[in-house]
Amino acid sequence: MNIAVLQFPGSNCDQDAFQLFAGGLGLPTRYVWHKDRALGEADLVVVPGGFSYGDYLRCGAIARFSPVMGAVREYAAAGGLVLGICNGFQILCEAGLLPGALIRNSSLEYRCMTCDLTVEDAGPGFNPRALGGRIRLPIGHGEGNYRIDEAGRARLVAKGQVLLRYAGNPNGSLDDIAGVRNEAGNVFGMMPHPDRAFERFHPSRDGLAVARAVLAARFPGMILKTA
Amino acid sequence: MKPAGLSPNPDPVLNQPMTPELVRKHGLLADEYEAVRGHLGRDPTLTELGIFSVMWSEHCSYKNTRPLLKGFPTEKRGATAGFGRVLVKAGEENAGIIDVGDGWAIAFKIESHNHPSAVEPFEGAATGVGGIIRDIFTMGARPVLLTNSLRFGELDSPATRRLLRGVVAGIAHYGNCVGVPTVGGDVYFDRSYEGNPLVNALCLGTLRHDQIRRGKATGLGNPVYYVGAATGRDGLGGAAFASRELSAESAADRPAVQKGDPFMEKLLIEACLEMMAVPGLVVGIQDMGAAGLTCSTCETASRGGAGIEIELDRVPQRETGMNSYEIMLSESQERMLVIVQAGREREIEAVFEKWDLHAARVGSVTDTGRMVVTQHGTIVADIPASALTDGAPVYQREARRPAYLDTTSRWTPGGAGLADLDPAGARSALPRLLSHPTIASKRWIYRQYDHMVQHGTVVLPGSDAAVVRLRLGKGEKFIAISNDCNGRYCYLNPRRGAQIAMVECLRNLVCAGAVPLAMTDNLNFGNPYKPENFYQLRECVAGLAEACRFFDVPVVGGNVSLYNESPEGAIDPTPTVSVVGLIEDEAHITRQFAPAGSRLVLLGGAPSEIGGSQFLGLIHGLKTGDAPDVDLAAEKRLQDFLLGQVRAGRIGAAHDLSEGGLLVALCEMLFGPGSPGAEADLSRLAAPRLDALLFGESQGRVIAAVAPADEAPFIAAAGAAGVPADTIGTVTPGGGLTVATARGAVSWDLAELRLGWEGSIESAMKRPGLG
Repeated sequence: MNIAVLQFPGSNCDQDAFQLFAGGLGLPTRYVWHKDRALGEADLVVVPGGFSYGDYLRCGAIARFSPVMGAVREYAAAGGLVLGICNGFQILCEAGLLPGALIRNSSLEYRCMTCDLTVEDAGPGFNPRALGGRIRLPIGHGEGNYRIDEAGRARLVAKGQVLLRYAGNPNGSLDDIAGVRNEAGNVFGMMPHPDRAFERFHPSRDGLAVARAVLAARFPGMILKTA
Repeated sequence: MKPAGLSPNPDPVLNQPMTPELVRKHGLLADEYEAVRGHLGRDPTLTELGIFSVMWSEHCSYKNTRPLLKGFPTEKRGATAGFGRVLVKAGEENAGIIDVGDGWAIAFKIESHNHPSAVEPFEGAATGVGGIIRDIFTMGARPVLLTNSLRFGELDSPATRRLLRGVVAGIAHYGNCVGVPTVGGDVYFDRSYEGNPLVNALCLGTLRHDQIRRGKATGLGNPVYYVGAATGRDGLGGAAFASRELSAESAADRPAVQKGDPFMEKLLIEACLEMMAVPGLVVGIQDMGAAGLTCSTCETASRGGAGIEIELDRVPQRETGMNSYEIMLSESQERMLVIVQAGREREIEAVFEKWDLHAARVGSVTDTGRMVVTQHGTIVADIPASALTDGAPVYQREARRPAYLDTTSRWTPGGAGLADLDPAGARSALPRLLSHPTIASKRWIYRQYDHMVQHGTVVLPGSDAAVVRLRLGKGEKFIAISNDCNGRYCYLNPRRGAQIAMVECLRNLVCAGAVPLAMTDNLNFGNPYKPENFYQLRECVAGLAEACRFFDVPVVGGNVSLYNESPEGAIDPTPTVSVVGLIEDEAHITRQFAPAGSRLVLLGGAPSEIGGSQFLGLIHGLKTGDAPDVDLAAEKRLQDFLLGQVRAGRIGAAHDLSEGGLLVALCEMLFGPGSPGAEADLSRLAAPRLDALLFGESQGRVIAAVAPADEAPFIAAAGAAGVPADTIGTVTPGGGLTVATARGAVSWDLAELRLGWEGSIESAMKRPGLG
């Protein structure tokens, strides 16, 4: 098992994501620099949170042109697992690897708080049977208001692509959507931070279960250490 | 005298002859100008006059406060090999450094950005955060947390709402993007800050002892590098601007406010830490903060006992045609000056190329002791570096006790014929106090700050103190941090008010289970040339210094912000204090939320004073009386006892009495998860006045929640320690708050109280603000 965490200029949750997998799950984890054109051996690519390229222009709009994103596209097309957290989710949407877009919170303010989330049935690993019906994860974003057109929305529901919904919408997201996956089931994106919910003093340790659920899409039945 | 020895500046505008008018415009007194001529042996050029003007401003030189600040202890007497040693003292460098054991240390400092925030709240507050972060990573430390201390007028004013919205958004914009969590702070709303808000930002970073860097230029011929953002015309003379009173014309000073780029800062942090990790590469480093290129060059040269030569043509510039005056005085953000070991230029350049940042060699270290600046082949400034730093004038200003103190200090509720509260009055006063923005939940503010990034925040904003886990190599440590200062107390009794700020901060830390380590302070006062203001300043500093010595908590640095005045007058004196404490064992982390079933014990005795209280201000419209009494010895007994009980595992929760008094503190312990209720009986407490018992702000009081089985040993231990302890009630699984008093019982619906407390600032901010 080998986890690759991308680092863009302006990534600031890269160390958090690293610790979730390395410290929380005890998996071999390494960073990949945005100027690299190859990912190397990887079983999961994590696109972490932060403000890549200052989020100037539009969140994730510049990062998607980074050299490493070409490799991520090829990796995903070949069925490789990708998880985007917060800014990573925004980048994956901008890169066309996930459907929809994230715009400014309806409050027009940044929100940092812990949210209750309902777990949807999104396939192996990511479902209420594996995760429980409800989990708690922190959020921290100014642009997490999920939007998608009517046809896209119908497709998300029909294909079971919604991962999580907010119980108490913090940002105006359509249908309370907090995270989605692609149709093939190997690319995941979410605004909430599993990388802020794994230490004993965190608001919850549900981040560990979420990280495992993502890995289970490729590696069912894998037994992982809980720190 | 002519500027003999220097050729004319390439920009003819800068070749004006010196006039008293020009000198006055630069904020220099006639005597100071003569001193400048003495240092140079000739008239200064306009560029040099600008350089002296910023370096000799209060902001950079502390010329009116240096003698006072000498009273602060800068070393910890009781430091152990384990922790507490001062590794870098106050005033030596950009920030002080404290040993936290196992080869690790913390660097921290607070700094103000009051004037820029008054004029341009968003950019002013944002760049305040950026500046203090640079002060920390320039020491070699990785920034791991931010806090802030804010003061505004009352929220019923649209101008105040505009300022609050802008300041909070600015802090959020910068801190969130740069990825350093804003874990706590304190906010007060009082008319005295109307038109002159206070924005003090603190940053703390971690480093190993061997990673400590100095802002020193040494080694003849070592190259001097400029790294980070390009220089523009923004923030021209910001330090001098911050050393003047605010007036209606201040809005025209907008070019003196800088514009921040947190993305650039994030890159600069990573690149600088990467560069400093290369052994032997960096000789010295300093950020370009107030007074920009000027301050960083002359301070590094002066500290290193060396000279520096810089060539302005090599400085990255984002505007064309900038003259030497503009480049030297620009306060463009996100820039650093680095002195590199000669022969290793390629290594620093490679690091900055990786991060796509400028790294330009702009000069070199000399042995002349002079700061020499050239542009287009002409020397435009040539000044002894130490003249700008150690040579700055020092003043002992005149102090006069303000006349109002004669009236306020003699005021008593009895003498004023103030009717005491009856239970019905108490019933209506509590929700009013809880919903005043100074006491109300600050959720509207802190939910806009990313307080969780770096995944180390243990106790979130909204408690007595923030608690953060520091990851230090393979190990970890827990620290607590708290800010405090009640300007109202300092107005009514400067010496005592400042001590209250200190003891309350310490009490907050102890309530969180931490041993206090060291303090940083931000002295916010009015114009020191007014003797009444200087009296307040002198007394506050004396009070703080005494408390620091008493508790053996050294001052590791800080900031002085004077001239905090608007046309309505000076602000209440506000010596903001921030103390950092170490939690030796994770199990000692104590929260303020009381678990249902626990017994509530009041430590310190019944509150009996009402002077300077929020109650007096809000219910009676009075800012008078003496500040509450401070008994340092009793305070120490209380804190030592509490820490002992935390270590013994007897404390379920602890919270100190502060603004709003006993009932407000009680409510704050119940506004946690699970929404418990409480039944309290205060009827047996000796209390001459009900208002003072319920809402007075006597110091040295803590409410502890203990398990019923621990109650008897806890009270016995308090007795042995000489700490008054009275059981005042029980936490119930739900329901309301019932309080029995000698004059009858009162009850409240806690859900209703909580709603008013939680939503007060939010609903105020829904009303329109100006601009």
